[in-house]
Amino acid sequence: MNGITGFELFWWVILPYLALATFVIGHIWRYRYDQFGWTSRSTQLQEKRWLKWGSPIFHYGTFAAIGGHVIGILIPESWTHAIGIPEVAYRWFSAGAGTLAAVLVIVGVAILAGRRLFVTRVRATTSPVDWLALILLAIVIAMGIAETVGVNLLGSGYDYRQSVALWFRGLFVGNPDVAAIAHAPLLYQVHATAAWAVIAVWPFSRLVHAWSYPVWYLWRPFVVYRSRVAAPPNEPGTSGRRWRKIGARY
Amino acid sequence: MRIMAQVCMVMNLDKCIGCHTCTVTCKQTWTNRPGTEYVYFNNVETKPGLGYPARYEDQEQWKGGWELDRKGRLRLKGGSRLKRLATIFYNPDLPTIDDYHDPFTYDYASLINAPAGTKSPSVSARSALTGREMTPKWGTNWEDDLAGAPGRALGDPNIEAMAEKVKMDFESVFMFYLPRICEHCLNPSCVASCPSGAMYKREEDGIVLVDQDRCRGWRFCVSGCPYKKVYFNHRTGKAEKCTLCFPRIEAGLPTICSETCVGRLRYLGLVLYDADAVTAAAATADAQDLYEAQLQVFLDPNDPAVAAEAERQGIPHDWVAAARRSPAYALIVRHRVALPLHPEFRTMPMVWYVPPLSPVADVTAAAGYNEDNPDNIFAAIDTLRIPVEYLANLFTAGRVAPVRDALRRLAMVRTVMRAHQLGTHPDVDPADVGLSDDDAEDLFRLLAIARYEDRYVVPPAHAENAGRLLAQHSMSGCSLDEEGGPGMGGAGPEPEAVPGFHLQRQESADDSVAGRDQRGRLHLVVSERPSPGPLGPATLGGAG
Ligand code: HEM
Ligand code: SF4
Ligand code: SF4
Repeated sequence: MNGITGFELFWWVILPYLALATFVIGHIWRYRYDQFGWTSRSTQLQEKRWLKWGSPIFHYGTFAAIGGHVIGILIPESWTHAIGIPEVAYRWFSAGAGTLAAVLVIVGVAILAGRRLFVTRVRATTSPVDWLALILLAIVIAMGIAETVGVNLLGSGYDYRQSVALWFRGLFVGNPDVAAIAHAPLLYQVHATAAWAVIAVWPFSRLVHAWSYPVWYLWRPFVVYRSRVAAPPNEPGTSGRRWRKIGARY
Repeated sequence: MRIMAQVCMVMNLDKCIGCHTCTVTCKQTWTNRPGTEYVYFNNVETKPGLGYPARYEDQEQWKGGWELDRKGRLRLKGGSRLKRLATIFYNPDLPTIDDYHDPFTYDYASLINAPAGTKSPSVSARSALTGREMTPKWGTNWEDDLAGAPGRALGDPNIEAMAEKVKMDFESVFMFYLPRICEHCLNPSCVASCPSGAMYKREEDGIVLVDQDRCRGWRFCVSGCPYKKVYFNHRTGKAEKCTLCFPRIEAGLPTICSETCVGRLRYLGLVLYDADAVTAAAATADAQDLYEAQLQVFLDPNDPAVAAEAERQGIPHDWVAAARRSPAYALIVRHRVALPLHPEFRTMPMVWYVPPLSPVADVTAAAGYNEDNPDNIFAAIDTLRIPVEYLANLFTAGRVAPVRDALRRLAMVRTVMRAHQLGTHPDVDPADVGLSDDDAEDLFRLLAIARYEDRYVVPPAHAENAGRLLAQHSMSGCSLDEEGGPGMGGAGPEPEAVPGFHLQRQESADDSVAGRDQRGRLHLVVSERPSPGPLGPATLGGAG
């Protein structure tokens, strides 16, 4: 860790850890105190023609992109080498699958963003923190796509696995390679910064819905019965169920 | 045999005058908040008509309720569980707000602020969704009293299912009102459709509720309910539905819609049923047999064996006693004058209807038959057919006989009791329609006199254990009372100020919720323990 400035250390090490801490503590807090606010906050009631295409395309694209990140960033290059995948093949796979994911995400996001901006009924239901989360997400996605398509598919290519990934993985083992990210192209830096910001606002936004994917629905009996027991009162100072002020005033 | 008790409602359609008092009082109680403007836990529809949301009864379009697969097993019409998890990002069967109506208010300030002048100021509608000016085009009860018929009423799915086309000309038209709440079904497809497990049926009284804390807004309950009685709150992002006024029911009081019904046509009482028999009954092959099949699920509380077994299984003694006096049981099982709404949806609905005799009598009278004699009326029915067939499409999946029998009994009660009052001898025999003299008197007492105590036999909830815990918390309030929650609106009146509550407290001492809880209000959140439902453990992607 030679030749890095205090600013770089703050930006690429301290901020990410702060974001992670916010992410973890924020989720615990929200889960405990705001079950009532924990929802996908669907807007299908307001508009369904665009959502029909935008939402599935966006979500499936996002899952592909997240999967790609896991492979590309969390799995070290040496492992893929070890199981005999040549660098060229990996690059083509990454660019091909990455492009497919990117196309899905961008089409999905374009539809969803257009809908959210221009369909008045939908726009009215967006809370401020959701705006923040959605804008940050849009930045992450735009930069990510510029990287995949602009740099790796059409451009000269940039081996993020030798640089950005080292820094990112390092964060989790307590030994981040700050120089690697600090010298990466600006695109990657913005992408990574906005991604940390998304992580930090995640627990406070609608994005928490992602953790509630109800897989256990597959095994549960169809009809749920419950019998009555007393509920504990709200914990002091938590004000119970709160309702986010969204929607048009009338 | 697993005996369960269900609070069941019956509505006597002949008496509904379409005044919407029930709707208004329900709305004031539960849904007068932003996000629920378009939500009607209770609404009243003019029939024939499209209903609310428009054409909700057409399950080929909305895919609510259950159907049978090729092997005759029950499955959700909306598709398998896997399909639901795969289409969670966009629910293909969800109505949009325009199928209900864009909720609106008026810009009242412009009236007050209008400059002095000769022109009268007027207000324009403002959308509650966008705050902008809008033109209302459709809404609940839009077609009140057949307004817009024939243009709209002919789109009624029940009419489309009829062999003979209904004419909407002045002479042959018929209409009546259909008040609707959630059916609190025995086999609720809304509960089965909820991937989060946030919806549940209460073991004690069968009321179907949404746990606001566990709902994640996946909105499959809305499309899963064939009666479209789960609504999506567009501000909180959570589903809400008719609660059968459970805080009142627990205190032994009728629901608000019943209490305030101007026609005094609603009945509330317990029905005991065999929960283990529900799935098989709902899977009855011929949809027209579903009415009979559901009757078979109900148990006779007067049968000592049933009563003993019910108590052994934990149903309190006073509940079994109340089940014996239940007006719902009397109208549904003993006298067979009440029928279920759309049994073909296979959810085993528990709000039943005494079909209206008046539209039938009107049509027969218009055709020149003497409406005083039930035999006369039903001779006429065979030539006219239309109203009865229509009622059959509503209540028996199209089988005319049960509707005809119920109407004949109603007509017979009229004839017999009129003769009694006039001191004459009717030349009809109640036994022809399966009624004894006592039955006729009993029906007269229930349907015509309809005293408060006869209409509502609601035993207060037993909350001994819940109450004991509750008493430890001095700060307990209503969990629904928070801002944005269904019970939003502060502490409300002290129970002492409400005569009914007061009465119940004296009567039931410490047994009832009202007796236990210091403030007379119930704090309702319920256990995490989902017990295996009548459908047993689930299998992948299909009915269990
Ligand atoms: C894991 C499972 C996930 C499920 C089941 C899920 C489901 C949903 C649903 C039902 C909606 C509401 C759609 C509507 O308006 O009706 C939604 C919206 C949304 N989801 Fe997800 N989601 C998941 C994961 C994610 C992830 C990982 C992200 C992003 C990183 C994400 C981002 C969003 C966004 C931004 C919206 C708002 C779309 C709009 O503008 O209307 N979701 N999601
Ligand atoms: S009528 Fe009520 S209980 Fe029945 S499916 Fe609809 S919401 Fe559920
Ligand atoms: S209050 Fe009674 S009479 Fe009036 S519309 Fe409602 S159900 Fe009918």
